[in-house]
Amino acid sequence: MQQRTLAAMIGLVVTAMVGVACSSGSSSAPGGGGAADCNTPPGCVTVDAGAPIEIGTLLATTGATKNLGLDSLYGVELAVDYLDGTFDGTDGQLDGHPIKLVNETDGCSADGGQKGEQPLGSDPQMVGVIGTSCSSASLGVADKFFSDKGITIISPSATNPALTSEGTHQPYWFRTAHNDRIQAAVASDFAYQKQGWKTAVTIHDESPYTQGLTDGFKANFEAQGGQVLSEEAVNSGDTDFKALLTKIAQNPPDVIYAPDFNPVCALLVKQMADTSGLENTTYMGADGCSDPTFLSIGGPAANGSFLSGPDLTSFTGGDFYKNDFLPAYKQLAGSNPISVFHAHAFDAMNIMMNAIKQVAVVNSDGSLTIQRSALRDAVQNTNGYQGVIGTLTCTPLGDCATSVTIGVYEVPNVGFKDPNAKPVFTETKTLADVQ
Amino acid sequence: MTTSETADGTGVVPSRELGRLEQLPIRRIVLTILTIGLVVIVGGGILKTLTLSGAEHLGWAFWANLVVIGLALGAVYALIALGYTLVYGILRMINFAHGEVFMTGAFVSFFFAQAYAASGFLNRSPWLSIAILLVVSMAVSTGVALLLERICYRPLRNAPRLVPLITAIGASLFLQNTFQGFFGAEPRGYPRPDVLSGTISIGPVSFDKMDPVVFATALIGMFVLNRFVQRTKTGRAMRAVSEDREIASLMGIDVDRTVVVTFVLGGLLAGIAAVLYAMTFGQVSATMGFLPGIAAFTAAVLGGIGSIPGAALGGLVLGVSESVGPYLLLSGVHVPSPFELRAVITFSILVLVLIFRPGGILGTGEAEKV
Repeated sequence: MQQRTLAAMIGLVVTAMVGVACSSGSSSAPGGGGAADCNTPPGCVTVDAGAPIEIGTLLATTGATKNLGLDSLYGVELAVDYLDGTFDGTDGQLDGHPIKLVNETDGCSADGGQKGEQPLGSDPQMVGVIGTSCSSASLGVADKFFSDKGITIISPSATNPALTSEGTHQPYWFRTAHNDRIQAAVASDFAYQKQGWKTAVTIHDESPYTQGLTDGFKANFEAQGGQVLSEEAVNSGDTDFKALLTKIAQNPPDVIYAPDFNPVCALLVKQMADTSGLENTTYMGADGCSDPTFLSIGGPAANGSFLSGPDLTSFTGGDFYKNDFLPAYKQLAGSNPISVFHAHAFDAMNIMMNAIKQVAVVNSDGSLTIQRSALRDAVQNTNGYQGVIGTLTCTPLGDCATSVTIGVYEVPNVGFKDPNAKPVFTETKTLADVQ
Repeated sequence: MTTSETADGTGVVPSRELGRLEQLPIRRIVLTILTIGLVVIVGGGILKTLTLSGAEHLGWAFWANLVVIGLALGAVYALIALGYTLVYGILRMINFAHGEVFMTGAFVSFFFAQAYAASGFLNRSPWLSIAILLVVSMAVSTGVALLLERICYRPLRNAPRLVPLITAIGASLFLQNTFQGFFGAEPRGYPRPDVLSGTISIGPVSFDKMDPVVFATALIGMFVLNRFVQRTKTGRAMRAVSEDREIASLMGIDVDRTVVVTFVLGGLLAGIAAVLYAMTFGQVSATMGFLPGIAAFTAAVLGGIGSIPGAALGGLVLGVSESVGPYLLLSGVHVPSPFELRAVITFSILVLVLIFRPGGILGTGEAEKV
């Protein structure tokens, strides 16, 4: 007994010492010269003459959702390529400094976000981050982590409403992706008004992204007069949904709204075809399902289902997108876009680089001093920026896409297969519409 | 469960009068209370579910449907569980890489399935192509199982128990990451012939056409295995080695060969399970072996690890309880989304079975330390 108490006490003391060491480590602000005030946290980044400006990416480039992450990474790389004004495969420079991308994966989970943010955050030269792909990797994870460190982070595809809600928004976190309040509202408009569906069952997987959408869909759908028969949940690693679908088929709804990621979306639609009673029930998903895996796993069973997502044909930079961006993308990736957020990533990276250009102080020796809080303010002050996806104006709560056109695509005519595919339903909403 | 051991580990109980409190059969009292509690909770849940009325009423066709789904899933679990239990019976070790043996079979057969689907062969002669897929999958799984045995386990046969267990986990990660490295992390859709797509109805009960095929194939596999172990000379050798490896070796049984045969059998069954599973749920991925592997291991423990009929029964019980359990217990009390709580129900069942029967349903009763 005594030995155990002793061991516990030693343990406590060690823990306390480690804690002290950690907190003293993080509170020391990096010093630096230059005109900017670098002595107040979070301080500045100084880039030596000729040295590259480091920008991190924290995207879902591995695992089952890698199409989503790689698609955005291509967008970021194209933005660096276009820094010199042309897509020619040679990277441009910013104030005489090349851009160096440091790529990590967010694993499309809170866990993965935690792993990926560490190497980026512990690099004192990290200026900004493009990420995360998935809301689960940002919400309470990367958004807080980078905000605590004073590193500006812009997400091309994390759409959960809580990320930009009063109280949960973290000061250094922004997104060019739409807010899912808008996507959920458009999905329910489509379901209730266009299709005339009266009953729905929603399925989420407890992740912020899926739950944000199903909650929003339920609220809108019921406000219009529809009825959500049940709100089901699955585990994100599940592949067997037969018992669940059999239960849903006892009282079949008009639509199963399950905006998850692949393979869950694809397996649901596939297993629906092998469940009796669901012959007249349609599957509907969202942008998380929108990658080629949905078609390859879903097969013929996926035809006739609906996926919502950014309307690629509505981009205000449409001509540039079609004539310049897409060919360059094809050159880089070797295929048509594999998901739907490449243009959002392109715009996010451009906003980041514009902001750096605005706040970077060029010193006499050719080095650059970038004050972290000024960079954040510059991103937040983005106003009327003409991006590919539309005109972007960042709000204090981090939403840069304030007016969004969401399209609903009928499989197999989907934007991630053919960027010219026309959505069967399209609607533009502003953030103010869905407050 | 041992009560005779003393704190200093000598195993000698000092003889003295037992106090009042110590005379009480604590274990039995706890078990009785637990049983009463269980009967009340489970019985209450089931009763409430079955007496749901109106739109919420769940008819018997629904339950029959769930049982069919559960039996098909359980049959796959049973096939994998047999691999765990056979190896455990012979070597007293848990082959944690068995889930990956299953995965490799499914993954390699996927390339054939994809080619057959593309050329139309899968739909022209579905049964022949399924037979070929089964052969491919069985060959690959068996090959991987053999390599595992030769490289990872045989050199460690006389090492302490924990060593091969750790090796097994290492081998499992190695195989997973190798496949991920070669073929990518994204899941791929496993095609199904048109003949087996959609649903079939028997009276008011309609279910996936694949379910009876899975169940029948798995039953045939288990039947053949049982015959093999009970009737052949090699089977007899396996049983002898399982009883006592050293004595069996003294009696002239080639232990190495017997162990190899055991791994071959486990691999063959895993190969069958792989095609059935991939075709039913429609995908393969490098990590697909993990969850069925854990479930099958659970099934093997549930049935009584080391026991062949136990693994088969454990698999079926697990499959059915996974599909029927959540709805039967929780629908009545209006728990939202019972489906998500499948694992909770299954593992509660496992814990309860082990409390009441530490050796598993058909186990010998010996409590083994892993």
